[in-house]
Amino acid sequence: MKAIKRIQSRTVVLATKDIDTDQIIPARFLTTTSREGLGKNLFHDLRYNKDGSDKPDFPLNAATAKGCEILVAGRNVGCGSSREHAPWALLDYGFRAVISTAIADIFRNNSLKNGLVPVVVDDDLHQYLLSKPGIEIDIDIVASTLTLPDGRVVEFPIDVFARHCLIEGIDQLGYLRNHADTIQSFEEARSWTP
Amino acid sequence: MTQASTLFDKLWNDHVVVPETPNAPAVLYIDLHIVHEVTTPQAFSLLREKGLPVRRPDLTLATMDHSTPTTPLASFKDLPIVADGAANQIRQMEKNCRDFGIELLGFGSEHRGIVHVIGPELGATQPGKTIVCGDSHSSTHGAFGAFAFGIGTTEVGHVLATQCLLQRKPKTMAINIDGQMPDGVSAKDLILAIIGEIGVEGGTGYVLEYRGNAIRSFNMEQRMTVCNMSIEAGARAGLIAPDDTTFEYLHGRPRVPRGVDWDKAVTRWQALRTDDAATYDKSVTLDVRCLQPMVTFGTNPGMVIGVNDPVPDAGNDPSFRKALDYMQLTPGKPLSHNSIDVVFIGSCTNGRISDLEQAAAILRGHKIAAGVRMLVVPGSQQIKNEAEARGLDIIFKKAGAEWREAGCSMCIGMNGDIVKPGQLSVSTSNRNFEGRQGIGARTILASPATAAASAIRGRVTDPRSI
Repeated sequence: MKAIKRIQSRTVVLATKDIDTDQIIPARFLTTTSREGLGKNLFHDLRYNKDGSDKPDFPLNAATAKGCEILVAGRNVGCGSSREHAPWALLDYGFRAVISTAIADIFRNNSLKNGLVPVVVDDDLHQYLLSKPGIEIDIDIVASTLTLPDGRVVEFPIDVFARHCLIEGIDQLGYLRNHADTIQSFEEARSWTP
Repeated sequence: MTQASTLFDKLWNDHVVVPETPNAPAVLYIDLHIVHEVTTPQAFSLLREKGLPVRRPDLTLATMDHSTPTTPLASFKDLPIVADGAANQIRQMEKNCRDFGIELLGFGSEHRGIVHVIGPELGATQPGKTIVCGDSHSSTHGAFGAFAFGIGTTEVGHVLATQCLLQRKPKTMAINIDGQMPDGVSAKDLILAIIGEIGVEGGTGYVLEYRGNAIRSFNMEQRMTVCNMSIEAGARAGLIAPDDTTFEYLHGRPRVPRGVDWDKAVTRWQALRTDDAATYDKSVTLDVRCLQPMVTFGTNPGMVIGVNDPVPDAGNDPSFRKALDYMQLTPGKPLSHNSIDVVFIGSCTNGRISDLEQAAAILRGHKIAAGVRMLVVPGSQQIKNEAEARGLDIIFKKAGAEWREAGCSMCIGMNGDIVKPGQLSVSTSNRNFEGRQGIGARTILASPATAAASAIRGRVTDPRSI
């Protein structure tokens, strides 16, 4: 994973609550054996008409949304299926951070492992962000802060270990493998075997 | 005297390889890793890139369920696979299992089936284990008093390579079920009511432990239905403490210990309960004495009402309105106001033999309504064989339903079994998300009995009225 310390970008807003991973990437696109190229099918059924043309009222299709790297989503984004294809699709499209008041558990874990930064904010700030699509935000992962266009600086919670892995680009598998001896000792010392 | 512990504390403590600190999560050992064709190819590619073996192929069990066809043909091996992508994924799975020495219950295996159905069926799922799978409904296995949860593909790779995961310890929530369930109301109705109560994110960050006499009186299949949908409340996992019902279910299954080892295992499993003095981070109590059969009306499993209740009004909530618009349902009217197009009985939630029995008991001697398509998909090939031995397939076919091979099928709609755009489906599966069963498909979640009754009348129907 590439180290990621700072994201400066305008936002795109999808205000709907409970955007599940089936909406982020429908199941029929999961028959791939690669993690590349999923961005074109991100939010497929919300984003495209039946004939493949863009739905004009979907926020990602607005001209101003091009190049935006921060998605502001309604509460409980990423609920449902454990498919890692959801963060893969968001990243492949160009997003690097997702902001909401609540982010579903498995989706958050999957996002962190791929360098998509989950940012949880309080209701007041969320309402502000939902009401102002397209504003420029500066996310400083090292300091765990958001800086808003009006100069406000707001801290956001992030697991210390997850942050360390993001800013140093640490591969968690490598970290786990460094514990190989301890894992072996654990297996040998167990009172029962699975 | 040791400190009082919850069941979850005991499971957690027994699997900590390296304890968690403020700076790092715990290294947690995994006892059983179930893998399927859809969420693993990229993990195996990573192992190949890094030149790593699978650390414990003996603790890894593979099958194919998500994108596999369910069309009944004489030779399963010759089944057409709906899309090139799915066919490629299945071939890839066969190669990955061969190359890495993993047992595959693939085509041709009489034990093939949905990941969360075959684990328990084989007795590979046992109390006291940690169990993971690249599938969110892994919470199903918690019915046995195992800590079981869904993971992403990167974590699948971690388990394949190290048999461990990096985990922060979740919080615990007791779900106390007060009273006994009324007749004609099922485990599916209970879990839908629980999700309605705590909401689709109410369980986020928690492991739910289901408690109370109603849970104790449930058989293992009912307990699995409850734990299966824990994820639909956002929970990390669901749990039920093992008891004699659990041990009786497991006894004699192919992968459980035998003889003296069985006795030792049962003794160990009997200690897997929450101590009387232990406390939970949160507790919720639900009185089920007046519980109705439950159905969903919206686009997440928390949007749930009694089968005869009117669809609620959206008020000022735009997300709620969006859901009602998608579902094309009328606030103030019960769901029976709308005619249905499809009925699906199956999935890891309700594709087990007792689910099929309940549906068949309603359907016996009836025909499904004109214009309704009904698909019955057993959760495993074992269940299919057992259902056929009991003559259930004949009841389904006589009623006008299609009887299929095992798989996830119309729950996820990856294999060609889909609900067409705009069609209204009553489904025993676990997700009524927009497009889950097919583009534009409208899904009502229900129990097998409600689904079968609805198939007969062609409208959402209270099974107690048949």
